[in-house]
Amino acid sequence: MSADQTPRREVVTGVPRGTRRPPGHAPARSEISEQTTLGTTYVRSLMRSQLRAALYALGTLALLVGTLPLLFALPAALGGSPGSPEPFAWIALGVAVYPVMWLIARWYVRRAERNERDFTRLVEGR
Amino acid sequence: MNQTYAVAAVTVVVLATVLVGALGLRISRTTSDFYVASRTVKPALNAAAISGEYLSAASFLGIAGLVLLQGPDMLWYPVGYTAGYLVLLVLVAAPLRRSGAYTLSDFAEARLESAQVRRLASLFVVGIGWLYLLPQLQGAGLTLQILTGAPDWLGSVVVAFVVTGAVAAGGMRSITFVQAFQYWLKLTALLVPALFLVAAWVGDDAPRARFDAPAVFQKHTAVRVDDTVRVDFDGPLTLTVSGTVDLVRHDGRPVALDEGTHRIESGTTLRFPEGAEVPRRTTEGSDPLSWSQPLSGGRDGYQLYATYGLILATFLGTMGLPHVAVRFYTSPNGRAARRTTLVVLGLIGAFYLLPPVYGALGRVYAPELALTGAADAAVLVLPERIIGGLAGELLGALLAGGAFAAFLSTASGLTMSVAGVITQDVLPSRGVRHFRLATLLAMAAPLALSVVATNVPVADAVGLAFAVSASSFCPLLILGIWWRRLTPPGAAAGLVVGGGAALTAVMATRAGLAPEGWAHTLMAWPAVWSVPLGFLTMVGVSLATPRHIPAGAAATLARLHLPEDLVGRPQHEGVPR
Repeated sequence: MSADQTPRREVVTGVPRGTRRPPGHAPARSEISEQTTLGTTYVRSLMRSQLRAALYALGTLALLVGTLPLLFALPAALGGSPGSPEPFAWIALGVAVYPVMWLIARWYVRRAERNERDFTRLVEGR
Repeated sequence: MNQTYAVAAVTVVVLATVLVGALGLRISRTTSDFYVASRTVKPALNAAAISGEYLSAASFLGIAGLVLLQGPDMLWYPVGYTAGYLVLLVLVAAPLRRSGAYTLSDFAEARLESAQVRRLASLFVVGIGWLYLLPQLQGAGLTLQILTGAPDWLGSVVVAFVVTGAVAAGGMRSITFVQAFQYWLKLTALLVPALFLVAAWVGDDAPRARFDAPAVFQKHTAVRVDDTVRVDFDGPLTLTVSGTVDLVRHDGRPVALDEGTHRIESGTTLRFPEGAEVPRRTTEGSDPLSWSQPLSGGRDGYQLYATYGLILATFLGTMGLPHVAVRFYTSPNGRAARRTTLVVLGLIGAFYLLPPVYGALGRVYAPELALTGAADAAVLVLPERIIGGLAGELLGALLAGGAFAAFLSTASGLTMSVAGVITQDVLPSRGVRHFRLATLLAMAAPLALSVVATNVPVADAVGLAFAVSASSFCPLLILGIWWRRLTPPGAAAGLVVGGGAALTAVMATRAGLAPEGWAHTLMAWPAVWSVPLGFLTMVGVSLATPRHIPAGAAATLARLHLPEDLVGRPQHEGVPR
């Protein structure tokens, strides 16, 4: 392997000038990095909103997928099963759950990214 | 089955793996490249690699076999494997990436600032990794045996050699390419034959598989029993026997067998008439195939409990698998880790639409596999059975290649992560040379075990690894990420109690120590009680040892949850605000 193929070495000593903001505009950032009471509160608020999003997603998963075994067991439990639930089980477990799970995941990713964006905006004072 | 095509397909897959690995080796220049592909892997490539690594032999062969044996209830396996990634995404993905942890042991150390917890976590990583590697190697042995009649240790040895070579030589960079390639190979290998098989099935007037009644032979079928089995007949049946049944020798004459249990010696060939019910294989404690019994053992209330045991183990166990955790480190930041996981969910969801098709067709066309105990082979024998001729052989060869890709990719991921832990925690220094030595160690133990302990059904041993992981690492990760009062003693106690309980319960069941009835079901499916046990122990002991809360807990949690650009780490993507 020849030397000219190795990536150029760049030394980064700070935030690029263009993006550096005037001091005093981002007090929250230092509150967070110095772990003051206020900074901790900031972090907790973000954690809480992220946890809420996660719990919504998990709740939806439990409700739509986690209850299926009970649903399948229902006809037998009610005594006398007229018609087996088999075709329903095949369609639900074989096909339908996958798009449902993907949609839950997409919702969560969007929500989590929005939470982070909102938080950044709050901290940067915009 | 014609051996030539299958052997050619397997050889091509193995060679392609080595070649793509070598390609990665050429661009794997630094130690960072070697371990984590320098964290520059794009979401699309990384997602394909994660999926390729995750879809193991249990997915490629095992699910179809289980569906063939036990019907649609077994569809919970693929659903659980996928849902595990969803749970991982919402609770763990981004924070785990932001923790900067390479292995789960790193995470434990970074979060809890304790070397003891780190060592304990390493022990679990290696244990779970080996537990998961074992069925991969055995599956490879089984596949090669079915395809070529080679002795069953040969496949294990081939996979072990290729994987050790590829991992030791190229590290993570080359493995990423190999696994991304293998995802697409596996999808193709399962999709193309499935299309042909379904077309042939439709052309055959689409016979329905029945799962609520014993399977029925579609046509006159000869079954050769390779290992001595005991089978249950639901009614009297007349069939032609060449060999020994119930200690009486028959040579090719029709024999009337009564309802009840019969013992069939190895080497016996049974010829069933068309329309005969397939007898059920009965299992006893000493029978190696009782490994799969806990799955079928449950009925009525037990069945529901067992299903929830499976759901909890797979939904929560995925996040603690060693090769899954390592993968998050290769994403550039937390946001990319999330997006990667979303793509992974799509990719593995698409893949899991296919194995059930093979299971259902196998129930119709190859029901005798339930009798001979080779249900894991359903995927491989179907093309020959349904289509036949040259086309059937070629499709069978494609499936054989795909199955080998499955063994190779999962085994490389596991070896990679186990070797990573061994390098860091067992060997004295962390150079690339020691990593290569660790690779040998990581593979040697499961290889030796797989040669000694034969006949562990693939999907089942994997289920055990999931249960242990769900009861040990799941509490550690979730509490570590979301609860600031977790202490090192609490984490250690939870790991030992939760993971230990799950492992002991399953091992005791397999050893035949569990009494019949509910106790057996509870021990065979421990996740329902062992996961809460792990959580409660961790929380309880942590609350009792509040003085041990790590000094940097608040700072660590801030790092886990804040977007990278706020913590002043170098930014890899997105506009600076």
